Amino acid sequence: MKWEVVIGLETHAQLSTVSKIFSGAATAFGAEPNTQACAVDIALPGVLPVLNKGAVERAIRFGLAVGGTINRRSVFARKNYFYPDLPKGYQISQYEIPVVQGGSIRIASPMRGEVEVRLTRAHLEEDAGKSLHEDFHGMTGIDLNRAGTPLLEIVSEPDLRSSEEAVAYAKALHSLVRWIDICDGNMQEGSFRFDANVSVRPVGEPKLGTRCEIKNLNSFRFLQQAIEFELRRQVELIEDGGRVEQETRLFDPDRGETRSMRTKEEAHDYRYFPDPDLPPLTIDEAWIARVKAALPELPEAKRQRFVDQYRLSPVEAASLTASVALARHFEATVQAGAEAKLAANWMLGEFSAALNRDEIDASTAPVSGQQLGALLRRIADGTISGKIAKDVFDAMWAGEGGSDPDAIIAARGLRQISDAGAIEKVVDEVLAANTATVAEFKAGKEKAFNSLVGKVMAATRGKANPAQVNAILRQKLKAYAP
Amino acid sequence: MFTAPIAELSAALAAKRVSAVELTTSALARIDAANPQLNAFATIDPDGALARARDADAARAAGTVGPLAGIPVAHKDVLMTAGLRTTCGSRMLANFVAPYDAFVVQKLRDAGMVLVGKTNMDEFAMGSSNENSFFGPVRNPWNPDYVPGGSSGGSAAAVAARLVPAATGTDTGGSIRQPAALSGISGLKPTYGVCSRYGLIAFASSLDTPGVLAQTAHDCALLLNAMAGHDPRDSTSLDRPIEDYTRDLARPLKGLRIGLPKEYFGEGTEPSVVKAIDAALAELRGLGATTVEVSLPSVDLAVPVYYVIASAEASSNLSRFDGVRYGHRAARYADLADMYQKTRAQGFGAEVKRRILVGTYVLSHGYYDAYYLKAQQVRRRIAEDFRRAYERCDVIVGPTSPTTAFRLGDKVDNPVKMYLNDIFTVAANLIGAPGISIPCGFDRQGLPVGMLLQGRHFGEATLLNVAHQYQLATDWHARVPPGFAP
Repeated sequence: MKWEVVIGLETHAQLSTVSKIFSGAATAFGAEPNTQACAVDIALPGVLPVLNKGAVERAIRFGLAVGGTINRRSVFARKNYFYPDLPKGYQISQYEIPVVQGGSIRIASPMRGEVEVRLTRAHLEEDAGKSLHEDFHGMTGIDLNRAGTPLLEIVSEPDLRSSEEAVAYAKALHSLVRWIDICDGNMQEGSFRFDANVSVRPVGEPKLGTRCEIKNLNSFRFLQQAIEFELRRQVELIEDGGRVEQETRLFDPDRGETRSMRTKEEAHDYRYFPDPDLPPLTIDEAWIARVKAALPELPEAKRQRFVDQYRLSPVEAASLTASVALARHFEATVQAGAEAKLAANWMLGEFSAALNRDEIDASTAPVSGQQLGALLRRIADGTISGKIAKDVFDAMWAGEGGSDPDAIIAARGLRQISDAGAIEKVVDEVLAANTATVAEFKAGKEKAFNSLVGKVMAATRGKANPAQVNAILRQKLKAYAP
Repeated sequence: MFTAPIAELSAALAAKRVSAVELTTSALARIDAANPQLNAFATIDPDGALARARDADAARAAGTVGPLAGIPVAHKDVLMTAGLRTTCGSRMLANFVAPYDAFVVQKLRDAGMVLVGKTNMDEFAMGSSNENSFFGPVRNPWNPDYVPGGSSGGSAAAVAARLVPAATGTDTGGSIRQPAALSGISGLKPTYGVCSRYGLIAFASSLDTPGVLAQTAHDCALLLNAMAGHDPRDSTSLDRPIEDYTRDLARPLKGLRIGLPKEYFGEGTEPSVVKAIDAALAELRGLGATTVEVSLPSVDLAVPVYYVIASAEASSNLSRFDGVRYGHRAARYADLADMYQKTRAQGFGAEVKRRILVGTYVLSHGYYDAYYLKAQQVRRRIAEDFRRAYERCDVIVGPTSPTTAFRLGDKVDNPVKMYLNDIFTVAANLIGAPGISIPCGFDRQGLPVGMLLQGRHFGEATLLNVAHQYQLATDWHARVPPGFAP
């Protein structure tokens, strides 16, 4: 039997507010344990939550960016359970009425082409603290710095049909939250993490299978591995005559497998009820209008504009808008005078390769858009060849000459030789010194021509204008008589 | 003079006939003498109190001060007091020293009041008799075999015995008004949101209301003037213009329409209480008020609705007392679950556990709609009842409690009977409206009867006006329990 996997993701995006969602304590990562936990965060008796408007604003921004509905009235609810890193004994979340409902994310699926993944909802909630099970000699340490950090939980419909699609969706969402600047997307620090709901069914079966929820996946790779493992596990279970039990599972990255955390019977009854300490959250039209006005151009709009304005192919436009930083860099390069098509080629070629090599983001690249634009202008105006430009780019990346292309060209003497007389002289020398190769060419071996070009370029240390070299060489060979 | 109402003490302080240190010394001496019998105080802070009194005297010498400067006050032990033990009447917090001041504590401190100690209370404010305290029951100054009412029983007894001129209380279902009635003093529960809940150890967040217990309505107005105000740290605190709650005290009652809900005058109320209320109504008519019968058809559901909602909220609010970060933790336990179970089994008393169980039950999957949701619907219907009633009257009057004070131990084994003490008071909490209980007579055993005046939201000034006019015409509020006369 052929099986189909059905996946829905719950994504926790930590919102990039300076202070926590219900207190004034800082949200910065990496502080000494419990130094960023105020009376509200440690749930002293008598303290009360006060909602951070910045968190709401980021939720609105997200809702607008995915085309969802911003609920004019939403309700904070208490999710009750006991755990040492949950100071109040309940988490303040949104349950029946979330701040954002609906919306969608478009992804490129490797099997199905462009797919629209529907979002169920996005709601605001607070993060818990951290339990530290190591270094305490059989005891558990509690760090409440993270307690009360604002999260946006983004819930997708079960619209994903492979681990690749799940990763494509996760990456699109990851790009979007950074694009609209609501989350730093730092996955090592846990700012962006997933729970995956996975079920399988025979291909063609309209009914969903029983799902398992895999908790707390904090990398795209783990997400993919966990889904792949879970798919195999569930299919094997069914094919062996068993049944999938609804349960919560944990992914073990060391072994690449998921294991049961609690079954449906063991599931908590969270006893949700509206938090009486917080009046319903009301969002008026004016607030939404203000957020809308401040929203940056969104990826899809930018992609379309790149096609229309710069005459790029849809593939190029999509690649350049993979991140807001890359797109900004591209436009800065064009603004600095580079031709758009050339700029796109360079951004997606040399520039992206260098980013990948150094594992950095375009926003921290050592070569600015302006500098790259200046380099590409030197190709266009014939100062250097495209080949030499690559050397110059490497030098710029390394910080040589203050990353100024003109300074590097001058210092290294890389200016292109376009003087026909000078090139003719070198060509004559090369022809005289390589009579055997010339003979091969005359005998009809076209490859010999390239060898001769190479020799000329080598003699000029790559600086000769390649087009001129070609033309002059052809002309001389035609007239050549030994 | 040391046991006079605040209005008089304030004048004496202003005229330099007495100092804050003298008032405080007198209060401390009276507390020392009475507390072994009454158990009204959980914590007494003589050194701190005298230091604050000296500060108040110095402030007065240096310039103008407000009407409350130098007046001793006690805070119910549910309110956080910086540097002072705050127990909530529970073993759970028996050694807990608060690191900050509650909003109302801070406001009264700013007004120059001299905090002398923390008053005993039913554990986590759950109770109507003050028998649920880890620190033992509080006794009624009118007869020590009787309860003072609860949960602000310590505050009520302290004011009734003239140990302090006023004390704060909190009212979730009647916890200021009922002990005020049973102890023969005035107790004001303001509109929800007028006084911030910041620093009030939550019992039921949507009902908890800080307020005042004092000898007179006038004194209640003076304290409310200082306690009210917007607090950005409490999202349910209301941001409204500052009011002078004494502004209408002198207004004659001519033209006042008093609504008498027929549901408040049926079976189940002691004849001595009915008699005292009838006499008080006659007095109010004599002062120019008219009475009209009104109806609150859903109000008989107020008690069950209250116990669903209050318990639901309490079950969640009390989860933070888990032994992890502060408060009691069991000395020995096997693992995490065992630590939670032993800590909470040891730290909480029977009534608190009962309400946590009830609250957990009504919020449970499959029961939520039938209990919690239904209770919230009925809550809205009760509010609608009151709205209709106020189309025909300005205040609603009736008994505060169906009975006068009862003997210690009489109702401890019958929670439902105990809960019915709140039958007339809980509705005001459910709808967030103000109410004041004032003394209006005694039963045959010499135990006080309280009259409950209820008003529209933000109708405190009207309630205080009616109560003050009644107190100008009567002297029930001025009676002092035998044995506690100065």
